Amino acid sequence: MSTQQQEPEQPESQEAPEDPEMRGAESPVDEKEKQGGDIDQQTTPESELEEESVLIKVFRYDPEVEGKQEPRFDDFHVPFEKGMTVLDAVMYARDTYDSSLTFRHSCRQAVCGSDAFFVNGKQRLGCKTQIADLSQPIRIEPLPHQEVVKDLVVDMDHFYDQMHTVEPYFQNEETPDASDLEEQRQSRENREKVKMSTRCIWCGACMSSCNIAAGDNEYLGPAAINKAYRFAMDNREPADVKEHRLRILEQEHGVWRCQTQFSCTEVCPKDIPLTEHIQELKREAVKKNLKFW
Amino acid sequence: MYEHDVIVVGAGGAGLRAAVAADEAGADVALVSKLHPVRSHTGAAEGGINAALQEGDDWELHAYDTMKGSDYLGDAPAVETLAQDAPEDTIRLEHWGMPFSREDDGRVSQRPFGGLSYPRTTYAGAETGHHLLHVMYEQVVKRGIQVYDEWYVMDLAVTDEDDPNDRECHGIVAYDVQTGKVEGFKANDGVVLATGGPGQAFDHTTNAVSCTGDGHAMAYRAGAPLEDMEFIQFHPTSLPSTGVLISEGVRGEGGILYNNEGERFMFEYGYANNSGELASRDVVARAELTEVNEGRGVKDEYVHLDMRHLGEERIIDRLENILHLAEDFEGVDGLVEPMPVKPGQHYAMGGIETDENGETNISGLYAAGECACVSVHGGNRLGGNALPELIVFGKRAGRHAAGDDLGEPEIRTGYGDDVEDETDTELPVQPGNAGLDTAGGVAADGGVAADAEGVLEQTVERTRERVDTLMDKDDGVQHAEIRQKLQNAMTDYVNVFRTEEGIKKALRIIRECREEYQDVYVDDPSRTFNTDLQQTIETRNLIDVAETIALGALVRNEFRGAHWRQENQVRDDENWLKHTLISWEDGEPKIFYRPVILEGQDKTYEPKVRSY
Repeated sequence: MSTQQQEPEQPESQEAPEDPEMRGAESPVDEKEKQGGDIDQQTTPESELEEESVLIKVFRYDPEVEGKQEPRFDDFHVPFEKGMTVLDAVMYARDTYDSSLTFRHSCRQAVCGSDAFFVNGKQRLGCKTQIADLSQPIRIEPLPHQEVVKDLVVDMDHFYDQMHTVEPYFQNEETPDASDLEEQRQSRENREKVKMSTRCIWCGACMSSCNIAAGDNEYLGPAAINKAYRFAMDNREPADVKEHRLRILEQEHGVWRCQTQFSCTEVCPKDIPLTEHIQELKREAVKKNLKFW
Repeated sequence: MYEHDVIVVGAGGAGLRAAVAADEAGADVALVSKLHPVRSHTGAAEGGINAALQEGDDWELHAYDTMKGSDYLGDAPAVETLAQDAPEDTIRLEHWGMPFSREDDGRVSQRPFGGLSYPRTTYAGAETGHHLLHVMYEQVVKRGIQVYDEWYVMDLAVTDEDDPNDRECHGIVAYDVQTGKVEGFKANDGVVLATGGPGQAFDHTTNAVSCTGDGHAMAYRAGAPLEDMEFIQFHPTSLPSTGVLISEGVRGEGGILYNNEGERFMFEYGYANNSGELASRDVVARAELTEVNEGRGVKDEYVHLDMRHLGEERIIDRLENILHLAEDFEGVDGLVEPMPVKPGQHYAMGGIETDENGETNISGLYAAGECACVSVHGGNRLGGNALPELIVFGKRAGRHAAGDDLGEPEIRTGYGDDVEDETDTELPVQPGNAGLDTAGGVAADGGVAADAEGVLEQTVERTRERVDTLMDKDDGVQHAEIRQKLQNAMTDYVNVFRTEEGIKKALRIIRECREEYQDVYVDDPSRTFNTDLQQTIETRNLIDVAETIALGALVRNEFRGAHWRQENQVRDDENWLKHTLISWEDGEPKIFYRPVILEGQDKTYEPKVRSY
């Protein structure tokens, strides 16, 4: 069995992040890592990992606990098992070494969207990231550009607020009453058109990866724009509602802020073509404006 | 103190639907959930929603299939309500924008599912629950319904009359996970529990880490009986390493199960000569384990589910999500090789006893969804019947709590003159909290004043003390150790195949867990996002709930639905056409039985041999 090597008393053993901005408020963003970190060239061969342990370095912060008010990294050695995910590793560390290690998680199957972390410099879902695919030591940090509540838990309120800004609910004429209720018709093609956009699990990885969102707090962000896309492209909503949606999207902090860097598309754990959706909405907005000009 | 007309605890499918219904009925409603709504486990449901929508289908066929699937332990008024309301409530989801899969004519698609006489499972890819959850949350946002997310509900404010049937529920006590503060929430009209399943009582489960039976445990300790808890569904196709669910939709579309000899065992060994892979879930789960036990399992652990012959196009169109799950969680490409599968704990048919309006024996206390037992599913739930239950009974509970008149229920609740006491079974150990220090926390029993505000205040006080006690203790046992021991006991001894000796072992271990829990402490000293504290409280709930599952399994000495007993491998209609009820009385479980209702609106469902 491995043991925990946690040395909070010795500052030299910690990798206290150097970026002063993160202290107490923002999670760490190492720009260099962020650019290149998604390519893990030194993938450890599986045979070497067997019966070995993996070293994870986990970001720690708690505003009210002495010794954790200054952010630090704790090292945990976790016995490796085939198929082990980043979530499995932090759960093991918590249940075996330190029950105060805090992170959100629930379904363990990439549908609840709770466990987006910044793993080796890239936004990823802990539960669907295989340890064997990462180079060691594995750095696990909270999502950048969001306020850290504690350890790997970030404040999601801003993300939710942006989602709510786009009126994220179906708008059509009143539902007919009980007895003769029949479904609206929708073509297979139209359902296919919105399919990918409906897969969003609100994990926040895209928003966290977006440079524009980092610099403009009011920017709707990829997830909210994708949510709007989901309705704007759904033919079951009437045309005037679509126009209304486009008006929301073309405001100052809407689709036109996107600079097509594709970072959101790259990190999306559900493979939603977010950037394409944003581009398509830009075209739709132009078309609408030409029509009314 | 917060105050609302209706308070809904839990914000998955049933909770969100209840909140929308209560809002439409004019109530000021609030949702209180330990998760943000979109994190709820409804999102993991894959297969679909059973509803008799098409010509040629009929709600009566749906009711018949459900009753047969339940192995005649569903109550006919509940089963018929489900089948009658499901079409309207499913179509309403469509009008709220749910992206159902479509046919060429633009109508919603339906597919065959296990135990159904007609292809009536309405679906949205293999991610129906995800869409249902998000559509319902959208409706909550649209209506501006107040959501207290990441508030963990710890207790119910219930009066303490001797007879639980005389008690009233006036609210809840919750703690704000982000700040650690404990607050009371007064409910003027009703509290609806929609807290989901207790799957974390088991080690190998498809359920989320959050499925800890909190609502079950709170209602139980407050005096509402838990019904038919021994009936646990083991889904035949979960991935061996993680328990992640592979939808029944794979078999619905034509997926085939093979043993290690490459035999299609469902037919070859006669487990289900007509329906094969699409027999009811309990039948398939037992068949798989029998194959493994008789040496025909792959690596002595699992069987193969093969969908390659369906072709890439059809798989991508209807089951794409399954490819991702098999790849991400088992490293298997479902397009080129068969997927390994084995039975995993999936669903609790039993739960908090309610009538068809969602109300419990405690006035003002409701339950809906997986945490409730109406009872629709009886001994075995059919695939595709959980999601309609959420929307049908979530809606009914929300409306009734808000004061809508839904008529007199036919189903009775609580201990009454129509029940029969359990007298025969010898227990291996003293169950319940009796004899132990109760510092770990019991809910309703003891010294609570009668008026609403007084009850709430005292419950808040008691809850704060309970939190302080756990936080102040500096050493002892940590909850994770106890939880793992409990989960292992349940998966080892109260699984698909059950024996008297095994169940008794489980009860002894549960008792040990309870004793160890007296020494539990929370190591994390922080009030900020203290998941250590939350999980410690959840573990107490799991102990109470696991014990009722094991007790039910011990007393029911027959084989019905998902509950198989080695000592009596037949369905014993003579003695067991009745529900098992367990209520908490002064810290001890009391077991009694209520006859099942097989008389429907126009006909009686005569128990028949259940073959597929």
